[in-house]
Amino acid sequence: MAALRALRWRRRLPGLGPRRLRGTAAESPEERPQFPGASAAFAERLEFIQPQVLAGIPVYRVMDRQGHVLRPSEDPQLPKEQVLKLYRTMTLLNTMDRILYESQRQGRISFYMTNYGEEGTHVGSAAALDAADLVFGQYREAGVLLYRGYPLELFMAQCYGNARDPGKGRQMPVHYGCPERHFVTISSPLATQIPQAVGAAYAIKRADASRAVVCYFGEGAASEGDAHAGFNFAATLECPIVFFCRNNGYAISTPTAEQYRGDGIAARGPGYGLLSIRVDGNDVFAVYNATREARRRAVAENQPFLIEAMTYRIGHHSTSDDSSAYRSVDEVNYWDKQDHPISRLRLYLERRSWWDERQERDWRKSSRKMVLEAFEQAEREPKPPPRLLFSDVYREMPPRLRRQREELERHLESYGEHYPLQQFQK
Amino acid sequence: SRRVGSVSPLSPPAAVSQVTVRDALNQALDEELERDERVFLLGEEVAQYDGAYKISRGLWKKYGDKRVIDTPISEMGFAGIAVGAAMAGLRPVCEFMTFNFSMQAIDQVINSAAKTCYMSAGSISVPIVFRGPNGASAGVAAQHSQCFAAWYGHCPGLKVVSPWSSEDAKGLLKASIRDDNPVVMLESELLYGVPFEMSEQAQSKEFVIPIGKAKIERQGTHVTLVAHSRPVGHCLEAAAVLSKEGVECEVINLRTIRPMDVETVEASVVKTNHLVTVEGGWPQFGVGAEICARIMEGPAFNYLDAPAVRVTGADVPMPYAKILEDNSIPQVKDIVFAVKKTLNI
Repeated sequence: MAALRALRWRRRLPGLGPRRLRGTAAESPEERPQFPGASAAFAERLEFIQPQVLAGIPVYRVMDRQGHVLRPSEDPQLPKEQVLKLYRTMTLLNTMDRILYESQRQGRISFYMTNYGEEGTHVGSAAALDAADLVFGQYREAGVLLYRGYPLELFMAQCYGNARDPGKGRQMPVHYGCPERHFVTISSPLATQIPQAVGAAYAIKRADASRAVVCYFGEGAASEGDAHAGFNFAATLECPIVFFCRNNGYAISTPTAEQYRGDGIAARGPGYGLLSIRVDGNDVFAVYNATREARRRAVAENQPFLIEAMTYRIGHHSTSDDSSAYRSVDEVNYWDKQDHPISRLRLYLERRSWWDERQERDWRKSSRKMVLEAFEQAEREPKPPPRLLFSDVYREMPPRLRRQREELERHLESYGEHYPLQQFQK
Repeated sequence: SRRVGSVSPLSPPAAVSQVTVRDALNQALDEELERDERVFLLGEEVAQYDGAYKISRGLWKKYGDKRVIDTPISEMGFAGIAVGAAMAGLRPVCEFMTFNFSMQAIDQVINSAAKTCYMSAGSISVPIVFRGPNGASAGVAAQHSQCFAAWYGHCPGLKVVSPWSSEDAKGLLKASIRDDNPVVMLESELLYGVPFEMSEQAQSKEFVIPIGKAKIERQGTHVTLVAHSRPVGHCLEAAAVLSKEGVECEVINLRTIRPMDVETVEASVVKTNHLVTVEGGWPQFGVGAEICARIMEGPAFNYLDAPAVRVTGADVPMPYAKILEDNSIPQVKDIVFAVKKTLNI
């Protein structure tokens, strides 16, 4: 065991290791560059490397847009129950999104972000992970949590900030977190989760656990300095981490053409020493295959992987956005009708006779009913008790805050009838 | 380097030694790395180079790559990694080469480290220490001389400590590492090489100073001087000068910026009726401003015979030229002047 540990700790020298004098028997050291920083071979012709090295990194897919598996060897052959779970999770998420988006429009919750069009990236990757793998998200990965069994009631509780919310009503909607399901609480500033995920992966590696860390982020967040540092460190610290970039075409109104000029995010990976791949994010099996293999190797070899899942953000950025201001309805309709992860999987299911029109009707009815029930329940729940205002600033409550809490409690004892206390849990 | 004694008239120390602040910090790190294998140190140059200021001398050699890690140059990056490692169960000590560079990482320190316990409703802990030199140095100009006590002291969720003596440095660093909350420890480069007396007790492996408790370095009856970090030494020098003129100053070493031990300051002001705060940082929204506000809000206000006076750094980016730099930070004469002003003598 100690030998295995030692093996996993050994510094992997890439094929062209810096800091070593190299030269084959036939070449003297003078004929190869000896710079400590990097060296391959000398070139005697002036030539700049084009950003599009291979006319762009290709997009790996298993199914075409009509759900036909193109190469049978690439079909992961998932059992029927699991494929149905993928389908139901995506459609349930879609239903929940519609209802919660509407509830914001009606003033019932303050804010919401939908996942329309990206459901495949969530469930395809979530299905490929072990239950104990640690997930850091950005804010558009609710399907990962849903796949792991987070109940509708708690999604709603968080959005409503009611007394059932494990987050005690502290955060804006969609900032879910669940330690039991190894999903780190969502944090608003973009890309800060990237180096944190690397640090967590480092800690996990030190504990010698067979766990991976998966870090989700969008193609816009990948422009942040944190992303650069995170990728670099994951490689230098040799961490068991899978970076999963959801490239959905837009960062609020900024299209990818304005976000970067290189070949997307996958092309950056090799620059940091990361094994990288680009996949069709609307193809759940492609997402599944890539994540499964990356995860397996990240843990076995202690090295980071980068997956760029190409997809399309069908919805607005959030309820604060109206995307008709910067893109055409036709463009959105194309993705909604011609290349949607849910439709593609449904065609696959129907072709295998694992799903039909009647089941679709029944499922739409029952899933909508489940969501509406959870929704109505969440509406009726009281808010968290006022005394929770003061807890968790520090691990232990400092005397000053305790005095302030007691002051509030005394105040409410005397003047409680002037406050809408019935809306709050005792 | 000057000898400065940390006077504690109550207990005559046993085997007293002169220990520099650098060595005290080094001892603290060594002892905590040994005690808890989850503790590790990361930062630029901390490993083979022994630390930019040699605080981590010998530690990489003793504990190896797993416990002392050199990072690439990205404060944002390694602060983020440290936060993530802390969330996943380790206890990182994250060194900023100076706190000026922590501004590159300040989002990780504040939005992530400080606020996460609260925002996750207690389900995520961030037991991390950010440490490094803070405030003025010598001839390093504006971008290397800023004091961040007020910036970090502003934020709920963080604890902020600012040691002066070797005893402070060791005891507070150990306490910070053992604390389950994020702690910012503001050291002083100019103090690293200064030797202080350390009692045998202070040199022991279990010597910890409670965070949030100030120390009265010198008893007095006429005026209360409150300071943190290097200015504590200046206050003691000013007290020696003033003593010759019959003015006895009580000198309080805050030790902790947040949570601030305002009770010790209040008790002292009740006794002396006069207050002068001294800090290296800028005056606006500074540590002294907070002390004055708290005194006004509490019982000690009724005991003040004169308004409190703040002695602070000059409200300018730190200049480079030596004579300008010297006059941009509080000197002994400024403290003496402030005391005489408040005592009206």
